[in-house]
Amino acid sequence: MSAITVPISETPRAWTLPYRGKVGMACLIIAESAIFTIFVVAYLFYVGKSLTGPTPREVLETPIFYTICLLSSSLTIHFAGRLLERGRRGAFLLLWFLTIALGAVFLYGTAQEWHRLIYERGLTISTNLFGTTYYSLVGLHAFHVTAGLIMLSIVLLFGLAGRVGAEQSARVDVLSLYWHFVDAVWVVVFTVVYVLGR
Amino acid sequence: MSSDVLVIQTAEAAGRPWVEALHEWVTTVDHKRLGILYILYALVFLVVGGIEATIMRIQLIRPHNDFVSPQVFNRMFTMHGTTMIFFVAMPIMFGFANYLVPLMIGARDMAFPRLNAFSFWLTAFGGLLLYFSFLGGSGLYGAGNAPDVGWWAYAPLASRAFSPGHSSDYWTIALLASGFGSIGTSINIIATIISMRCPGMKLSRMPLLAWLNLVMSGMVLLAITPLSAAQLMLLVDRYLGGHFFDTQAGGSATLWMHFFWIFGHPEVYVLIIPCFAFASEIIPVFSRKPIFGYPVMVGATVCIAFVSMSVWAHHMFTIGMNSYANSFFTITTMAVGVPTGIKIFNWLGTMWGGKIQFKTPMLFCIGFLFQFLIAGLTGIMLASSPFDWQLSGSYFVVAHFHYVIVGGILFALFGAFYYWYPKITGRMLSEGLGRLHFWLFLIGFHVTFDLMHIPGLLGMPRRVYTYEPGRGWDTLNLLVTIGAFVQGIAILVFVANLVISYFKGAKAGNDPWDAWTLEWSVSSPPPAYNFASIPVVASRRPLWDLKHPEDPDSRYE
Repeated sequence: MSAITVPISETPRAWTLPYRGKVGMACLIIAESAIFTIFVVAYLFYVGKSLTGPTPREVLETPIFYTICLLSSSLTIHFAGRLLERGRRGAFLLLWFLTIALGAVFLYGTAQEWHRLIYERGLTISTNLFGTTYYSLVGLHAFHVTAGLIMLSIVLLFGLAGRVGAEQSARVDVLSLYWHFVDAVWVVVFTVVYVLGR
Repeated sequence: MSSDVLVIQTAEAAGRPWVEALHEWVTTVDHKRLGILYILYALVFLVVGGIEATIMRIQLIRPHNDFVSPQVFNRMFTMHGTTMIFFVAMPIMFGFANYLVPLMIGARDMAFPRLNAFSFWLTAFGGLLLYFSFLGGSGLYGAGNAPDVGWWAYAPLASRAFSPGHSSDYWTIALLASGFGSIGTSINIIATIISMRCPGMKLSRMPLLAWLNLVMSGMVLLAITPLSAAQLMLLVDRYLGGHFFDTQAGGSATLWMHFFWIFGHPEVYVLIIPCFAFASEIIPVFSRKPIFGYPVMVGATVCIAFVSMSVWAHHMFTIGMNSYANSFFTITTMAVGVPTGIKIFNWLGTMWGGKIQFKTPMLFCIGFLFQFLIAGLTGIMLASSPFDWQLSGSYFVVAHFHYVIVGGILFALFGAFYYWYPKITGRMLSEGLGRLHFWLFLIGFHVTFDLMHIPGLLGMPRRVYTYEPGRGWDTLNLLVTIGAFVQGIAILVFVANLVISYFKGAKAGNDPWDAWTLEWSVSSPPPAYNFASIPVVASRRPLWDLKHPEDPDSRYE
């Protein structure tokens, strides 16, 4: 007696399915989008409902420079991925490092803004509804930038050790998908907090 | 051949010290073992949640009973609801999905085995955290142990002022942890189904179980995450002095309700869609016919998923929304009945004209069909907002959703246990004990939950720890409690069946039900690698093609 095996009638001509890493990351992005949506909804719902000051109009300054930094890091990581695909590892590492640097500059910008708001303007997370929603929405995004920077740095370390080559480019692309998502979320957060919310 | 290999493995396992076997189970990344862990873990919590329900029913057996204090009663209904939804129903669905999906689509494992293990342990420790609240919940405040704010944890009940101590924090963090676990597993299921199908397994040939779990996982991504976000906000409120749900500082208690029910209603479909999946696999096999209307079944499921995302506020008719919102949510809620009705007719169409075999899995599926229909009908009643204004927060609602969860979900689950137990353990469950379990549970279920509608209609509110005599509720509550005990006995029969059959059951062989999907082509239990060579399929019923080479399905599809 032998185990039943399903007949191999005719192997379908080409059987290629999407790369699982990309599918997994796409799902994670969908889930994360839902989390951000809830925070954005809460932010918009509470705009102008604070019972005490300070208000966004009084204290917020639009972080144009840092926004440009973060958004351009999407470009650098994209081209880094293409360079890796073609096996140009040195150029890849340079652009990858540039991506991390731009992300770090953005994070520094957020830190500086928070420092100014807390110590000069006296706005903390418990001051009023604006403080609660502002720090949690921007903080949630900053947390995702931080997580992204840690993962990017791990790839950089592996790259410096000579372990990242063209054969890893599909995996590296999964990470850059995440980074693009973090940038796209910033566009939404920026619009909500610094444009609509004022 | 593969069964020989298996015998050798078991012989090895018997000779090993138990610590080593335990170590293997704890560190496993095999989808079958993780599936079994999920299921066993959920069964333990099923018993725990059942005991909590029994305590509540004993308290309500007669008016002015003092079996437990009001405080304990509050903890019991909070823990019962939270346990049953998050630590019984969700893990058990993920357990079956984990075990079956790779086998049914011809894959050797899930797409991300380590993420799979990580998600399971997150869920497992979430449950432990929730129950640790009995020990650590009161903190330094002496403020009562387990969470007692209801499984909705409505604001401002869950705020620091009204819920001192740590009980609500255990609830929040336990749900956050298990929520991340659920998201991880869902990502895994979707990636497995999209990227790991065997050659020839087009989406249009996939077993309905895989299709429906794909839809369920997509819903988890969109429905569990709002709850996680709301839990994060609650933590900000409780620990950092935030004001999200603090009405004293302009915050809104209604916002919490919206966020909770944006999760809460789709959650019902997250749980019922895998049960649709079980029914869609079991009913055709025991009717000896292929499923009726396969593409329509898939379409109706996707349709349910979409519509169910926009019905949440029917849980909130009594808070005073405007008439447009009331009408919108009434209409969308009733609209869910359409694709659901299509599914019920398709199952009936599958049975129509078939050679129906009334084995235990089929009995449970037929019970599921009837009871789910009735649950749907009371659902339509509650969907109309004026009717809901009268009965919201009454035992009618409790009876309605237990009809869905016990009469629908649990019955289909029992069917799945009887159907796939032979595959998982290699032994058949006893038919005799199975029938006893079915009839006892059916009688207990109907005595409890049919009768529970009536005190609701007579005005008995839910979550009360006792009631006045002479309102016409006394006899009914007594009968409801008796029914609960009959269900308890039925569960004991089930557990006894699981244990006895594991050691004494008849050998199952590869394919005891003469079924058609790929999991029955391998030995029972399947080898660690599932398939010695990856199968190639040409139709929706690959084993039918194999058994009937003269008339394969692939000729017609």
